[in-house]
Amino acid sequence: MSAHNLEAPSPGSPLPRLATLSPQAGRGKNWLARYNASPAQAIALAAIALFLIAFLIVPLLRVLIVAFTAPDGSFSLVHFGDFFRTSLLREAFWNSIYVAAMTVALASLIAVPLATILARFHFRGAALVHTLGVVPLVMPPFVGAVAMQLIYGRNGTINLLLNDTFGFRIPFMEGLNGVIFVEALHYFPFILLNLSASLANIDSSMEESAQNLGAHGFTLFRRIVFPLALPGYVAGAALVFVKVFDDLATPLLLNVTSMLAPQAYLKITSVGIADPQGYVISVIMICCSLGAMLLSALTLRGRDFATTQRGGGGLSRRHLGRGGTALAIAFVALALLISLSPHIGIFLLSIGTVWSFAMLPDAYTLAHYVTVYREAGPLIANTMLYCGLAGLIDIVLGATLAYIVLRTRLPGRQLVQQVAMSAVAIPGLVLGIGLLRTYFDVKLPFSGESLATFWFMLVIAYAVRRLPYALTAATAAIQQLHVSLEEAAESLGARKLGVLSRIVVPLMTGGLLAGFVTSFATAAVELSATLLLVARAPDAPLSYGIYVYMQAAAGRGPGAALGVIAVVVVAIATYIAFKIAERERGLKTRELF
Amino acid sequence: MPRGVTIDHVSFGYNKTAVLDDVSLDVAQGELFAFLGPSGSGKTTLLRLIAGFGTPSQGRVLIGERDVTGLPAWNRNVGMVFQSYALWPHMTVAKNVAFGLERRKFGRAEITKKVRTALDMVGLGAFADRRPAQLSGGQQQRVALARTIVIEPEVLLLDEPLSNLDAKLRVEMRSELKAMQRKLGITAIYVTHDQEEANAIADRIAVLDQGRIQQIGTPTDLYDHPANRFVATFLGTANLIDGRIDGGRFVADKFTLEGITAADGGACISIRPQDITLGPAASGAGAIVAEREFLGSVVRYRLRMSGQHIVVDMPHRRDGETYAVGAEVGLTVDPRQIAVLR
Repeated sequence: MSAHNLEAPSPGSPLPRLATLSPQAGRGKNWLARYNASPAQAIALAAIALFLIAFLIVPLLRVLIVAFTAPDGSFSLVHFGDFFRTSLLREAFWNSIYVAAMTVALASLIAVPLATILARFHFRGAALVHTLGVVPLVMPPFVGAVAMQLIYGRNGTINLLLNDTFGFRIPFMEGLNGVIFVEALHYFPFILLNLSASLANIDSSMEESAQNLGAHGFTLFRRIVFPLALPGYVAGAALVFVKVFDDLATPLLLNVTSMLAPQAYLKITSVGIADPQGYVISVIMICCSLGAMLLSALTLRGRDFATTQRGGGGLSRRHLGRGGTALAIAFVALALLISLSPHIGIFLLSIGTVWSFAMLPDAYTLAHYVTVYREAGPLIANTMLYCGLAGLIDIVLGATLAYIVLRTRLPGRQLVQQVAMSAVAIPGLVLGIGLLRTYFDVKLPFSGESLATFWFMLVIAYAVRRLPYALTAATAAIQQLHVSLEEAAESLGARKLGVLSRIVVPLMTGGLLAGFVTSFATAAVELSATLLLVARAPDAPLSYGIYVYMQAAAGRGPGAALGVIAVVVVAIATYIAFKIAERERGLKTRELF
Repeated sequence: MPRGVTIDHVSFGYNKTAVLDDVSLDVAQGELFAFLGPSGSGKTTLLRLIAGFGTPSQGRVLIGERDVTGLPAWNRNVGMVFQSYALWPHMTVAKNVAFGLERRKFGRAEITKKVRTALDMVGLGAFADRRPAQLSGGQQQRVALARTIVIEPEVLLLDEPLSNLDAKLRVEMRSELKAMQRKLGITAIYVTHDQEEANAIADRIAVLDQGRIQQIGTPTDLYDHPANRFVATFLGTANLIDGRIDGGRFVADKFTLEGITAADGGACISIRPQDITLGPAASGAGAIVAEREFLGSVVRYRLRMSGQHIVVDMPHRRDGETYAVGAEVGLTVDPRQIAVLR
């Protein structure tokens, strides 16, 4: 009927309008269909992009602009000149580089032998080493710092013992040494994990073929094993360098202020938000962070061999002789004991009455836990609220973005993904400074409070910084989900939304949950951005509480008790995330293969 | 200088499970010898013992006159091509090939020359500066071969070298391998689980099963005169029939065969499918057609004969006679084609 109408239009009929309208509507539809996307997906991508622009890009640009703007408002390098003319800041710069580099060296001394023992030899305690090897990661370094002072400090357990027995002390914790020691004990697992993975990927035939052609001993190591294991080592070492370079809380708690992060913090919080030096330091910190990552990428260029090999059963393992076994056990035991000493120390501190100038606390009590129980309720509640919300934001954004990146061809999707991932390289302190500067003058309606110091800004800071973890987890989950599973549902009559809710989300739940828990656990012990953004005591989360308690001698007991609580929470969360991931892997392999 | 290999009463095991049990064999100088067997038969273990990966719990390995039993892998001068190729991903093709020459202290100029010759020989002269990851599976396999032959080893060991290639390439590569081995005059030992591959390439084959040598011989020998049931069925299809030999006759449950020359007593005979002729019902031992498969050059019949299954291949001709499923047929056999197993 309509065809008939079209054939015989009456004068002044709406046909011309129809003719112009319908191709346009068609173009709109085709436009999205060409990218294999729905309007909702396009809107979601735009919303994520806006979120990142508002809370990552703009704050960073603000930092850059302030750092490069002369007092008269023109572009200038004058502040950088000031930075390098100020001897304190120059010293801070070199100290930061020194500490980060020495931490990598010390962490390598622990991690490389451990990884070698695990990969090359039959060793009974291997599983134990693997487990205990990641334990340091569950306790943030600033929590352990005070306990480390009590164990390794000038008048700590070890030095008192040394002094009584041999009449000398070792300055483990003097000045920068303390920061290096604490950070190395915390971060060596990054090198251990990456190097172990690299070694496990080297097939034994790699080594055997070299032996077959006449190589052995050191030549074999230098020409074959070392180059093949290098990518893992470099990746781990670069990560350690960046993390240490960015860490604010550990030097602050150890009273070391002549490093970049503490200097930036002090400039912003005590000199003032307008002081350009804080921003200059931020820019320098970002440059060093990116520099370390770039350096590692350059070292590894054309060296990522993970996918080129079939199989990969790890190197052939040898049996250690009796002497070798004893040496290996001694090393592993010592390494584990030292790396667990912050945990032991913090536990003793939390149940000790007074611990000063003594090998162990004078007496034991549960009073600190009682204090914490009375006073710290709001701290824990705040952490749960902030980190829970941040984790939620992360999995929603992460899963949506991962889905859009993998399943549509919307323009700009990869750019958004790269921007989201780049948050990994941005020090928490720098993000905190940027957010503070950008939103300080934005007042909330009604209360008139600054948006920058409103508690929700902490949630946003946590969410931005942890988004890369959630995005990685979600991407992995969707990659395992073969597109044919969705197509099968569509061919059976399910629409996009039905496919999403019935197939995609249920199959991704495990991955998303693991991403949530990881975001939650790491945000719970975040302190760099937290220190900058917390304005009022009632808004403070657990990590801030520990920091405040730990600064006063009288507060160490309750601070340690809070630290123990935080460690237990993070350990449980990490264990849950691990279990979920493991179970998911099991389910998927059973169902799909 | 190619040399022969002697395996002298070698045994080997992990944690009391015997992987190799009293294995002895001789590989002649310049020969292409195959170890054939199913997975778990010990063939790769035996090859690795020759290369020096692992030490036999008993027995000796000799290369030429030299006892190499306790010698580490890097002092043996045998070349091994690994199943996974084991090309080092961090080195270019040329560096991979040069590695063994560097260990042998050749001069730089000579190394360059030898590498080029070896790569030209496997047809990869233009790929010297590529990384292994940039090559196809077949090309990687050629690099692995070039890397091994460039050191002019006394023995060339090949561990299922073609198993990672697709079927067509595999057939091409195996004739190339054979041609190259002939040209170099090198002693080569080739491990495979594919009997067709072993038959096509090897001068002689050692069939292994459960860590023991079942039989050694030329491909034709093994096919025509299998020593036992395992060899008969592993190399091609065989009809195995139990019975006894009694004065030049083989007596089974329902039929007898005349003209068997073997000592009296219990025996098992092996008849290849193509050695049985089908005819009308009364023409021979009676059987019923259970299945018929058209395979192109032959038609394969599965027959039932008093509880025994018999496989018969009849050459396919356009106007040849065929038998339907369910038809009664008669079987005849030329006694000269029968192998007697014990």
